[in-house]
Amino acid sequence: MKKTLILTSALCGLAFGAHAQEVNVVSWGGAYEKSQVEAYNKPFSEQTGTKVNMIAADDPATPLKAQFEAKNVTGDVFDVAMADAIRMCDEGALVEIDPAALPAGADGVAAAEDFVPGSLSDCAVGNIVWGTVIGYDKTKFPDAAPTTVADFFDTAKFPGKRGLPKSPKRTLYLALIADGVAADEVYDMLGTPEGVDRAFKKLDTIKKDVVWWEAGAQPMQLLADGEVSMTTVYNGRLFDAIVAEGKPFDTIWDGQYLEINAFVIPKDAPHPEAAMEYVKVATGTQPLADQAKWISYGPARKSSAPQVGMYNDGKTEMGPFMPTNPDHLKTAVYDDPEFWADHSAELAEQFNSWLAAS
Amino acid sequence: MANALDPHAAVVTEAGGLDQRGTLKTADGQPLSRALARSSRKARRRAFMLVLPLLLFILITFVLPIGQMLQRSVKNDGFSANMPQLSAWFAEHPRGTDPNDAAWAALAADLTASAEARTIGVVGTRINYDMPGTRSLFTSAGRQARRGVEPPYRDAILEMDQKWGDPKLWSVMREASSPYTSNFYLAAVDRTRDDSGNIVQAPEQQRVYLMLFLRTLWLSLVITFTTFLLGFPIAHLLATLPTRKSNLLMILVLLPFWTSLLVRTTAWMVLLQQQGVVNDILVWLGVIGNSGRLQMIFNQTGTIIAMTHILLPFMILPLYSVMRTINPSYVRAARSLGATSWTAFRRIYFPQTLPGLGAGALLVFILAVGYYITPALVGGSSGQLISNMIAMHMTQTLNWSMAAALAAILLGGVLILYWVYDRLVGIDNLKLG
Repeated sequence: MKKTLILTSALCGLAFGAHAQEVNVVSWGGAYEKSQVEAYNKPFSEQTGTKVNMIAADDPATPLKAQFEAKNVTGDVFDVAMADAIRMCDEGALVEIDPAALPAGADGVAAAEDFVPGSLSDCAVGNIVWGTVIGYDKTKFPDAAPTTVADFFDTAKFPGKRGLPKSPKRTLYLALIADGVAADEVYDMLGTPEGVDRAFKKLDTIKKDVVWWEAGAQPMQLLADGEVSMTTVYNGRLFDAIVAEGKPFDTIWDGQYLEINAFVIPKDAPHPEAAMEYVKVATGTQPLADQAKWISYGPARKSSAPQVGMYNDGKTEMGPFMPTNPDHLKTAVYDDPEFWADHSAELAEQFNSWLAAS
Repeated sequence: MANALDPHAAVVTEAGGLDQRGTLKTADGQPLSRALARSSRKARRRAFMLVLPLLLFILITFVLPIGQMLQRSVKNDGFSANMPQLSAWFAEHPRGTDPNDAAWAALAADLTASAEARTIGVVGTRINYDMPGTRSLFTSAGRQARRGVEPPYRDAILEMDQKWGDPKLWSVMREASSPYTSNFYLAAVDRTRDDSGNIVQAPEQQRVYLMLFLRTLWLSLVITFTTFLLGFPIAHLLATLPTRKSNLLMILVLLPFWTSLLVRTTAWMVLLQQQGVVNDILVWLGVIGNSGRLQMIFNQTGTIIAMTHILLPFMILPLYSVMRTINPSYVRAARSLGATSWTAFRRIYFPQTLPGLGAGALLVFILAVGYYITPALVGGSSGQLISNMIAMHMTQTLNWSMAAALAAILLGGVLILYWVYDRLVGIDNLKLG
């Protein structure tokens, strides 16, 4: 009985595959996947008649690398961090995508101009921009709320422990900003031994007050438990706590760390044409704008920003929660995949050496 | 040797008889020893077939992956496989030769070919391991090389970036032109090579591994000792109580053992954090003030407490099973002969528990040395172990060769300790249950 069932469904699958087009998209699962199904997949299937199979992974870069090395690629489109996209492009795992082939923005600006800086690379098309921001507990600071990165490092004026991620990438830049370095000079500074020393010296000033976190869920837990009064956190998680759970938290957008996720297509993808079509449609102005209805990540196209509206509860204006809101971009630091590909090992060693010397 | 009084020999002699030289034969005339060997070989083969699935399983899921991993620690052909011409030049010219025109031409040709094949990232990553900051040198040179490099190659490449003239870069490329290298092991003990290839200490701010190896060793010893301190009385209690009560106690020992590791670790976070249950109770009792809450987690203390709790059953269970078999009359006899209770314990009871203690200590120590998730979650900055660095190289920096070198050193260390244990205590004296 069970066998016939499997057999018929396999046959159906074959028959279906032969007639209708389909495309396999590997993404991150959870609320993020839901936002992509609603904003990208529905309009795409309507327009093209192609069925989209969503496959969830903890980090799609891992199955992508595994499939490429095993020479058995089953996914067509992968949603990965831009740093991974650039790395795997250099290693020859990905199809190159010409920005000229992407549709222009709704306002007629060519794609190469329309995408925010850093969200297009040889093999990758950006979809969302997300930030690591500072979240704080409003009840801990009734008199004056902290507003800057410098306040994060000022434990005399704003008492309480601080949450920081246990990795150099989202920590060192913050120390430099707090020490007065301009956002666009951070990487020049970190490229020199003196700059790295300066960052560690600044971190020294709060070292005894830091609770180090590793997983994305930890900082919100630390804040909710009252273990820390301020912590850096991924902006989507903070948004959830504030809007969906009604926690008394607030966001400091000063010196946020912006990273980009991107769609890539592996070489030898089973449905290369459908994959390219999917990437073109999904990263259009409207789908990227619609995604913000479901999750507070910013669209990678400039032309999408004005079209971002309400959260799906129908009453929360998304603009103030978007990492790409122009007000939040003034002091933002953009992730630099090239810099981190060069220096992550060296800085990780220094960081761990610094951590251990307590 | 063939004794007529031996009943077996008699039977065989009757059936097959002895030949002139006196060898035993079976009924069909074959020498007995050969027949015996054949039949026992058959039995052995059958027994081997029975364990074959397990052997294959261990080979495929354990020996092969670990072997491959260890191979990675000495072999990385990212450079040599993708830069063949320059590697050949290095092979022909001894160390100390300044790069000549042929070398620059080989570099230009390899860069172009590697960029065309989109393997330049692999090359850059390999060099970046030994000389941080050079990966982008290769990827950007590759991008430019795809547009064409004109002779003279030296000037063309130096124009892309002055760093190409750095003697250290050439020294590192020479090292990498052989797929086999000891550099990952050097780095794993905080050593590096200088411009002329000599082994020197790594810059001070980058030294971290030796310290972490020592800390891992030290914390594992501390944890082994605390599990012994806490586990010994419990095991004794379990072994001496009436069965009904001891079964109940046993469940209390086993229940946490069956609970997920993550649940137990997070439970400790809830208990020990500064706004946690223990601190709340202490403040409520007035032992400490609200501002003087104790820092018991996210540091070494947290790692020791949580890991002691998690590894405790591995100490209790072997101790318990050994203590069950100790005859209580020995201690009674010692007491009746005038020994104090302490002497009776020290000279009679304790030595008999040693096989269980040895097994428990070895288990706890070896598990603690490789522990990863608990120190990551509750260790903060001072409670990190070497396994956390291995994990970092596996998942973040993606330097699997480095992770393999660190893991191999850890494995070697554990094997040496195992050997020392065997010499001091003897593996035969180990009793797991």
